[in-house]
Parts: sequence; structure tokens; C-alpha cells
Amino acid sequence: MKTLSHVNDLAEHYDLVVIGAGPAGMAAATLAADKGAQVLLVDENPTFGGQIYRAVSSTPLKDRALLGADYWKGEAIGAAFSQSQADYFPGATVWQLSPELELGISSGGRTAVLHARRVIMATGALERPMPIKGWTLPGVMTAGAAQILLKTSGVAVSGKVVLAGCGPLLWLIAAQYLAAGKRFDAILDTTPRGNWRTAMKDLPGFLTSPYLAKGLKLMAKVRRQAKIISGVTALAAEGEGHLARVRYTAGGREVVIEADHLLLHQGVTPNINMASASNCELEWDDAQLAWKPKLDDWGNTTVPGIAISGDGAGIAGAEAAAERGRITALDALAGLGIISIAQRDEQAKPIRSELNRYDRGRVFLDRLYQPAQQFRVAGEDTIACRCEEVTGGQIRKAVTTLNIAGPNQLKSFLRCGMGPCQGRLCGLTVSETIAEARGSTPEAVGYYRLRAPVKPVTLAELASLKQSETEIRTVARG
Amino acid sequence: MTNNFDFAVVGGGLVGAAIGYGLAKRGLKVAMLDEGDVAKRASRGNFALVWVQSKGLGMPAYATWTRRSSDHWGTFARELEERVGFSMAYRRPGGFHLCLSQDELDRRAANINRLHNQGESEPYRIDVLDGDEIRRHLPEVGPEVVGGTYCALDGDVNSLKLFRALHEGFAVEGGHYRSGSLVQEIAGAQGGYALKTDEAVVHADRIVLAAGLDNVRLGKMIGLDVPVRPLRGQVIVTEKTEPFLDMPLSTVRQTDEGGVMIGDSQEEADDYRVMRPGINAVMADRAVRMFPRLANLNVVRTWSALRVYSRDGFPIYQESPTHPGAFVASCHSGVTLAAAHADLLAPLLAQGKLSSDLDAFSSRRFHVSATA
Amino acid sequence: MFQRLPDPSGSPVSFTLDGRPLEGRQGDTVSSALLAAGVETCRSSAVSGEPRAPYCLMGVCFECLVTIDGVGNQQGCLVALRPGMQVETQIGRGKRELAR
Ligand SMILES: Cc1cc2nc3c(=O)[nH]c(=O)nc-3n(C[C@H](O)[C@H](O)[C@H](O)COP(=O)(O)OP(=O)(O)OC[C@H]3O[C@@H](n4cnc5c(N)ncnc54)[C@H](O)[C@@H]3O)c2cc1C
Ligand code: FES
Repeated sequence: MKTLSHVNDLAEHYDLVVIGAGPAGMAAATLAADKGAQVLLVDENPTFGGQIYRAVSSTPLKDRALLGADYWKGEAIGAAFSQSQADYFPGATVWQLSPELELGISSGGRTAVLHARRVIMATGALERPMPIKGWTLPGVMTAGAAQILLKTSGVAVSGKVVLAGCGPLLWLIAAQYLAAGKRFDAILDTTPRGNWRTAMKDLPGFLTSPYLAKGLKLMAKVRRQAKIISGVTALAAEGEGHLARVRYTAGGREVVIEADHLLLHQGVTPNINMASASNCELEWDDAQLAWKPKLDDWGNTTVPGIAISGDGAGIAGAEAAAERGRITALDALAGLGIISIAQRDEQAKPIRSELNRYDRGRVFLDRLYQPAQQFRVAGEDTIACRCEEVTGGQIRKAVTTLNIAGPNQLKSFLRCGMGPCQGRLCGLTVSETIAEARGSTPEAVGYYRLRAPVKPVTLAELASLKQSETEIRTVARG
Repeated sequence: MTNNFDFAVVGGGLVGAAIGYGLAKRGLKVAMLDEGDVAKRASRGNFALVWVQSKGLGMPAYATWTRRSSDHWGTFARELEERVGFSMAYRRPGGFHLCLSQDELDRRAANINRLHNQGESEPYRIDVLDGDEIRRHLPEVGPEVVGGTYCALDGDVNSLKLFRALHEGFAVEGGHYRSGSLVQEIAGAQGGYALKTDEAVVHADRIVLAAGLDNVRLGKMIGLDVPVRPLRGQVIVTEKTEPFLDMPLSTVRQTDEGGVMIGDSQEEADDYRVMRPGINAVMADRAVRMFPRLANLNVVRTWSALRVYSRDGFPIYQESPTHPGAFVASCHSGVTLAAAHADLLAPLLAQGKLSSDLDAFSSRRFHVSATA
Repeated sequence: MFQRLPDPSGSPVSFTLDGRPLEGRQGDTVSSALLAAGVETCRSSAVSGEPRAPYCLMGVCFECLVTIDGVGNQQGCLVALRPGMQVETQIGRGKRELAR
């Protein structure tokens, strides 16, 4: 791999541009480059690895047992990518992707525009928002953030720490923290009790899942070492200027505990902002309670030339992400004329059977860890949109008194989703809160319509792009 | 749910909402029928100017109409704000148009001159200023600005708050807003009209079409030719920054919330989902040349929206000759004209007859020139 | 509180926060270095002025905004810490300063 550090180092054309250097992106870029395609991999983070393998080549943690064997699987993917012929541009953000596959790439306050014949988005997942009262207080962060601190900097959240939420990752992060010699004052499990019942019918599939043994071991380990309070039905962060207390309800009883830190997590959802801004069609996934792009068997979106792999295509986990990356890469190679369709199909076979293995039992996990409704919609005084500080109460009032149909209309009335995060964090909350208020579904209510820039860029960067005479005339009119 | 109304307004954008609000507050029982969440809505994508200077070159009646709306805006805003209980950040401090080359300035001055010469009923002042005079008024303006024009009648508003206020005002006055109710068919029925949507059939004694570009299709159903077309405009918005500009410019303004809006292109195009990066580049480039200290501000959003433009660019207000009690209202500049729509046009609609001073806005003007 | 685990491998990186000298480690982002140094609140919200601190550390939430080497509203969690960096919190200044 050749590491780029300035937009001037970019070529004007690439066969394939891969966005996101997690397992999916690295695997896709490596395979395509190894077959001779001219490949660029861009990631906004300073190191490769994505979320799961974050900083795998640079983490200061020497004790390998601390992050667990799964983390270190990233070393091999990272090593293969490092040996490939791909261009790698860290610390660079793709902020625009046009239907003609022109990409705007920004780094260090400068932008270059280049053309790709194929694009694979591998922008991964985000942690699902968990809007509770007081969650904007300093002292409250996501559990994923705490994990990132650990991986990149060997820094751990300490003092009085409360971990709250649900999902497999919650237990993994708890285990990693415990392995690092840290402790939790409480782990508040918000998994709705009824989930076991709905998930049971998919249990047989899960019994054959590679995740089963791992998951059970993890949970047992955490249970031995931490105080777990299950059946938590309400949660709030309190304090003046900083978190001081966590208030929760479990088994109908309200409890207040002192806390310096509250770590929230209730699963991950596909990061769909760029897909949506590029006009790729989305669909609602009722098991995962999230939007995902509409894709064919090769990960192609509804926009020609753009494919999506990894968790951005629907949550399936890190190992599946790498395999899905390879699938999209094979189809890109065929599209580029580097391999034949027959070769593509042949080489995809073993990958697909591997993927099937990971698929087993996914539905069980999805259903078991569906977060409770009250943690997905914003309560009366709870902020839904952190940037513009719009509460659940404001949303419900607008929806009912003004008869608002969906998030785009709401956005123009209340500004939710208009801040710098561009609705990334509040999108799901807002759709679900509107749906609840209207007695409808998120699918019917819809999602924010997004546009470039997918991430903010400076006016100077926009101004530096090419301007044609006709374009100038549309603006300078006298 | 009732389906019988005195008046049905087709379209819930700025034009429909202003008319609906004006009708409802006169005690009529009004339905406002609107599309769903995603639609071609200029109302969400406009630049929020309440603008007078340079409007009406080629049609004195439009200059007058604009002026009347602008003069009435303060009263209209106060009254609406009292009803809904929040401010729309309306202001009328005067406004500038800046030019970045001598050629632009010359063209601008010539246009202003022609406007004055076309014989205004109520003439108003537009000053042509050189760069240094502009920099005296607006200290952040950079050296590349060679001059511009100023008019004391210009102002702006927070257009999203205006949009919301009109909808809230409409609701407060007992209006019935129905989203997801694209009108499919219009038929005469029992001395009134039946409007068919996916959800229901709505009956109204009288109707007004304020459906923007869809007025072309709907107009035919009431025997009217409404020659409007889309003219695409792109707008850029930055993150919130400290206040630096306390009056609107035709292409740059700072909102009450702190964001800087940069507009706006005009292009013959009809896909509102598409944006041309090159056009954003031109707008950003010009904004930075006008205000060099904006260069490092982050852009958080850009969008394109479709203006509703008639063949000559002026509004169309008209009652159908074949379908009495069925009206059409199509125009660009729905922000500037909101006051006129709510408080001048709506009362006429409520009475059932447009006044003769609105004759100039009839679509007959297109047919006269076509046959001449 | 945030604690570095014992025996870190990265070498120290000196930078300043609001003019005050601080030390982070190689591999840190600006946000992780600030958190490790005990600085949580990095800015005031641009709407209400309430204190805010990094929330996601993965580039999503824009809560970690700080001024870096004179440029405002930078996502601290995406910028690698470099020696000599001048970092400023944006406390009390919710909206971005002009030309910074
Ligand atoms: C906070 C968090 C912690 C997690 N921890 C674990 C864990 O410990 N164990 C586990 O098994 N699973 C974990 N997961 C799930 C796991 O991350 C995924 O299954 C896996 O990473 C998916 O791989 P991916 O390649 O699809 O995406 P990712 O690994 O997320 O990689 C996507 C990459 O795209 C980049 N990117 C996004 N947008 C742009 C843009 N516009 N321009 C440039 N680059 C961009 C991002 O910086 C990121 O590096 C975690 C998820 C999250 C959100
Ligand atoms: S902490 Fe969320 S973007 Fe940096």
C-alpha cells in the first residue's frame, strides 16, 4: 500500500475507490488491488481498522488478552492490506459522491475531486442513539467511545462508572474493561424481558451459530465480576454541568446511584448517510429496526457503479464484513473487465458458504437484542436532536397539532437534523418518535433526505472546485 | 373526520399556507391538502428574503404588488406572531446587492434604471454605490467588491419559522391540514367542487390551487392554462457563527440562529434531487470574495429546490372562467408575498371575487401575446 | 476520570490547551489526549450554551469540537495529536468565531 498524506497525491482516476478502512473496506481493497485494479482506500480516521480493529497496528495495549482474540484477527487483514498495491489515504473524508462517480475528498482543509469507475462504500455502523434524559451531559458517552479510547490510547474510563443498555457488544465491552482491571459500579441491562419469547422461534438457527459459544462465555465472565441489574425500564442522567447521578427503574422500583460516567449502548445500525445522499434507495429492516440500503446479491445499490459492503449494508458483524467486502470487490472486478463473470461466480462460492455460516442465528440475536421502545423514542423532556436541541415533546406536539407526515417536514419546522452531525445521530430517533406519535411505522414515516456535503467542508474548499462558464452564469446575473 | 368545507386550498407550501391562514382567520372552514413528507417544495428551500429592489421590471403591477406586500409585512408578522407565540425574526433594515466586477455593476445599474423609467405608481429609491461606500456600511466586505445597490425597503425573515408559523396560525384558526393528500382529480359537484385524494373525497364550495408546479396539471381540471415551469436554485448553509452581518444581501445572509445562507443559482432544470457541484463552487467562491473572513467556515448543508416560474416570471392569480369559485395562485417569491397572500388576496378569495387591480396577473396575458 | 493503563507503549507528545502545556501520547487523537488529561467539557453548545463533551469518539456526533491551531470547530476525535499543537476549548463560545 502507498500511504497518501495530501490531496495532491491523489490520482485523477481510479478503477475502484473504497470508502472506509474497516474489515469490509480493507478486504475489498486488498482483493481488488491484488487482481490488478487501481484502487484507492479512503478513511477519515488517522489509522486503519475501522471500529472493530481500530488502531490494530498501533494500539499501545501490549496485553493481547485484554481486547481478545477477535480483535487481533484484524492484524492479518491489516497486514494483507499493507502489502497490497492500493493507495491508502487516512485522515481523509469523502464528502461528496455524484451519480457520475465523482468523489469530493477532503483532508487538511483541502479538497480534490476525482473520478472512479466503481465505488464501494464500507462506512460501517454507528451506535444506535439511546436518547435518555440528560444524555448531553459531560460524563455520558457511548460504550463504543469508551472502547475506542481503550483501543487507540490505552485510556480507560474510571471512577464511578455505570454501563447501560443492551446488545452483544455491551457484554464484549464490559468484558474488555474487566480484563483491563477496571470495574463497573453497575451494569444496567435494558433488554426487554419479552424479547426472549419473540426470539425463541429463531433459537434453532442460533444454536449452530459461531457466535453462540463466544457469547455465552463472555456473558458468564461478566456476570461473575460485575453487578448486573436486569429489567431496567427507565433511565436518566442527572447533574449540573456534569453527570453526578444515574436514575433508573428496575422491577418497578426507582433507584438513584452516584456516577462519574455513564456509558450507553443499545446495538449498532448501518451508517447510511452517504448512501442516502448519493440517492441510493433505502429500506426498513424490521428485525434490526434500522434503515439499510437496497442491495442485490453482490452488494450493488440502486445507483449504478456504487456497491456497499460490511455493516453499512446491514449489520452482520466483523467477520462477515470482510467476506462481504470480498464479494463486492469480485463484482467490481468483473464490472471493470479484470475478471470474467464466470471467474467472479467461481471465486465467490467459498466466500458465500463462509457468509452463510455467519448468517446463522443472526435473526435470533436481532430479535433478542431489539431495544425497548421507550429507549428508541425520545421522551417528553429528552433531547432527540443533540445539535439543535429538539426534544421528544416538541416533536410530538408538532406532529399532532400540525399533522406532520415525516422527518423532512419536521426538520423544516423544528430544525432537528440540521446541525453539524447532519442527522446522523438523531435520524432513527426522529423517525421512530414521529411514527409513535402518528400511530404509524418508521417505514411509512420515512427518513431524512440527505445531500452533499456528507461531512462538513469549508466554503474555501467548495470554492476551489471547478466552475464552468454556464455555471457561473446561473449565479452572477446582474 | 369531516370532508365538507367552505374552501379547499390545494398545496401546503408557503403560498397555500399563507392563503389558508388568511382564509381561516376570516372565519371560513378551510381544508389544506398537501403532499407527503418528500415533495418538490420550494417552501423548504428558499432564501428567505422579503425583497423589493429590482422586482417588477417588465410588469409595473408586480412592482406595486411586491411593494404592498413588503409594506404590510410588519403588521402581518406581528399579528401572526401573536397567534403562534414565537418570533419569525422578521426585519426590514434595507438590503444590498453586491457586484464583483464592473460589468456586473453596469448591468445592475442599467436594470435599475429601466425599472425606474417604466413608470412606477409608487416610486422608491435604489442607490447604486461603489465598493468603498459599501465597505463603509458593511465592514466585513472584501476588496474585490466593486459596488452594488441598496434599497431601504428590503428585509428578510427566518423562512422556516415563517412556514411553521403559517401552519400553526392556520391550525389555531381552526384550519384542517391534511398531509399525504395529493389531489388526483377535481370535479364540479353540488354548486362546489369535489377533490379526490388517495385518502378521501373532499368537498368545498370554493377552491384555490396553490400547488406550485402541480398547478399545471390541476389547472387543466378547472379549465385553466397555468404555464409555470421549474427553475432550479441551489443554496448553501454554513455552521453557526458569531453575528457579522446585520442586514440581508441578495446572495448572502446570516440567520437569527447564526448560520450563513449563500444563494442562489437559477437554472432550467427539474430534478430537485440533483445538485451541480460546480454551481456550489461558484456560489461559495463569490461569497468568500464578498466576505473573505468566511473562507474557513464549514458548510453543513446544501440543497436544490425548484422555483415555480411562469413564462414571464410574474405571478398568476385568476378565477377560472369556466369553473366559478375555482381560483389559481402561482408565483415565485412566496416569502415576500406571504403578507399579500394572507391579508390582501385571501380576503378577496373569501368574498369570491378578485379585484380588477389583479387583472394584470391573469394568465390571459400569455395568450394575448401568443395570438398577437 | 480517565486513566491510562500502566506501561503504555507510545512516546509522549507535548501540546498546549488554552495556552497551558499538556502531554498526550503517540496514537492519541486530540479528544483522547484531552480526556486522558482530565478535560471533558470541550465546548458550549451553539444553541443553548450548555456544556458538551465528546460522546461517540467515532466522528458521528460533532460533540468533540475544539479549535486546533487557530481553526475552529474541528472534530477532535478524528484528528491525530501532533507535537506542538495548539488546542483551544470552545467553552463559552458556542458559535464559531469568524475567521478562526
Ligand atoms: C463503536 C463501535 C464499537 C464496536 N466494537 C466492536 C467490537 O469490539 N467487536 C465486534 O465484534 N464488533 C464491534 N463493533 C461492530 C463492528 O464494528 C462491525 O461489525 C465491523 O466493524 C463492520 O466492519 P465495516 O468494515 O463494515 O465497518 P467499520 O469497521 O465501521 O469501518 C468503516 C470505516 O469507514 C470510515 N468512514 C465512514 N464514513 C467515511 C467518509 N465519509 N469518508 C471516509 N471514511 C469514512 C470510518 O472512519 C471507519 O473507519 C463495534 C461497532 C461500533 C460502532
Ligand atoms: S466525539 Fe462524536 S464526533 Fe467526535
